[in-house]
Amino acid sequence: MTGSFDLWKLTKGVLFYALVIAIVVIAVFPFYYAILTSFKAGTDLFRINYWPTSFSLANYQSVFSQGAFPRNLLNSVFVASVTVALALFLAVTASFALSRVRFRGRGLLLMTILAVSMFPQIAVLAGLFEVIRFLGIYNTPWALIFAYTIFTLPFTVWVLTTFMRDLPVEIEEAAIVDGATPWVIITQVFMPLMWPALVTTGLLAFIAAWNEFLFALTFTVSNQTRTVPVAIALLSGGSQYEIPWGIIMAASVIVTVPLVALVLIFQRKIVSGLTAGGVKG
Amino acid sequence: MTSEAIGAPTAAAQPRQKSELMQQRVRAARLFLLPMMIALAVVAGWPLARSIYFSFTDATLNDLYGAEWIGFGNYLQIRVLESGRTIYRGVLADPAWWNAVWNTVRFAFWSVLWETILGMIVALVLNAEFKGRGIVRAAILIPWAIPTIVSARMWSWMLNDQFGILNDLGMRLGLLNAPVAWTASPDTAMLAVLVVDIWKTTPFMALLILAGLQMIPKDIYEAAEIDGVHPVKQFFRITLPLVRPALMVAIIFRVLDALRIFDLIYVLTPNSAATKTMSVISQENLFQFNNFAEGSAQSTLLFLLIAIFTILYIWLGKVNFDGGDR
Repeated sequence: MTGSFDLWKLTKGVLFYALVIAIVVIAVFPFYYAILTSFKAGTDLFRINYWPTSFSLANYQSVFSQGAFPRNLLNSVFVASVTVALALFLAVTASFALSRVRFRGRGLLLMTILAVSMFPQIAVLAGLFEVIRFLGIYNTPWALIFAYTIFTLPFTVWVLTTFMRDLPVEIEEAAIVDGATPWVIITQVFMPLMWPALVTTGLLAFIAAWNEFLFALTFTVSNQTRTVPVAIALLSGGSQYEIPWGIIMAASVIVTVPLVALVLIFQRKIVSGLTAGGVKG
Repeated sequence: MTSEAIGAPTAAAQPRQKSELMQQRVRAARLFLLPMMIALAVVAGWPLARSIYFSFTDATLNDLYGAEWIGFGNYLQIRVLESGRTIYRGVLADPAWWNAVWNTVRFAFWSVLWETILGMIVALVLNAEFKGRGIVRAAILIPWAIPTIVSARMWSWMLNDQFGILNDLGMRLGLLNAPVAWTASPDTAMLAVLVVDIWKTTPFMALLILAGLQMIPKDIYEAAEIDGVHPVKQFFRITLPLVRPALMVAIIFRVLDALRIFDLIYVLTPNSAATKTMSVISQENLFQFNNFAEGSAQSTLLFLLIAIFTILYIWLGKVNFDGGDR
């Protein structure tokens, strides 16, 4: 009796761990294979291996020596950093107002912000193109910083508002009794408490800006001004049969490794930030 | 404008002082909101209005300001020729557009369906207590963290007809007789796109569902255990109804995302009529084929479709907000 029960339990355990292993392998394998490919050179590339057999840095050398990839990398870092800084700067004061002060139309405003974050980017593409041309920033990183505000700003406002709403009222009341103005409350009282939330939202906004493709494809047209997603998408050889897969994989690994590292380091914070932006919103 | 105080004033001497304070706060709040509202108006409101306006004009890429109002001409034009034949023109009479609509809807339906099922499975696994849970959670974050463009290229290498590892694997396991050109063949292109999208987005779905699962009180399951309720029955009678609000919001969130898909399809299956979606066809018309006005009309139609879903999302989200949050 107990023997058969244990057998059933064992089978269940084995099946469960088989499922767990399947999930991990499926999730990780494509990235593993990209890394594997990026270290293959010459004809090795076209021999299919499941485990590392050779090691060569040739692809990484060509990524950095040919074309404008280093420049594209710098563009991406610059665009994503400035976008995040701008969004956080505008969002901190706005979310204080949205979370700590009652005023008429607050609910409507929150709904509007949420609606903007749902926008299909294509719906504003034509009008944004006109504004960007009008401002004279077409084909510069500023065009992207300008355009990316459409998704980073609503997101940061929303997440910071949910975070600030949960800060205790007592701290603020004490500051008010001491005669602090709202500006002082934000900068001196709330900011020190908000570092974790700022890091999380900043990181998520950074990833979104780093990965963005549609605006970058449309608003930049030269090799020197492109960001890495567009550069990787447009990496191609002379014909369909000369696609430089090794170089593409090397560039992909370079772009992805920092992101994966950041995500794994800030795992818990990112999961809570995602759910704050998604489920609660 | 009137304003309400956070707490109700009690003492007789306090109200005046308190309401002055509140007025000061409301004034500050308005000032604090102004930069954000201006920014959103400039990057979202105005461009959206202009895009919709362009869809009613004959604008071209090189001549935005000389555009003239032509009404619904870009959407549908009906002309009766002298011979009595009726000619329909415009986006709504364009088979390529309806093909893109069909592709978009098909993609959104299948991708979200599979992401929900697989996301639920992964979330249930992560909700269980077992050794190595941290590793699984870290592992599933990797597809999410990889940029879409990079995953599109990674998979197009894996799906390559001659040197792709998936064809090799399929033939070794006896599932395939000959290599398949997954991304190039019209029969399998949509399948390839779906696989990559499901791989990339299931983690997000799983994390949202997991957050919902963790809000379910444990003692409900303990009570069910004592009553001898079968685990499968527990799932359908307890878990599913209780996680439903979070699940619905996650699904609509994903549907909105799937309806506007652009980058994956643009890179994985370029110029394939079998996968071209509304966003792709609109971007091409706007900036590559010099059909600026028609592209605007197409983007406006997509906006309308997504607006309907957004309203649904906010409506359902609010239900969840009142019920589940605090």
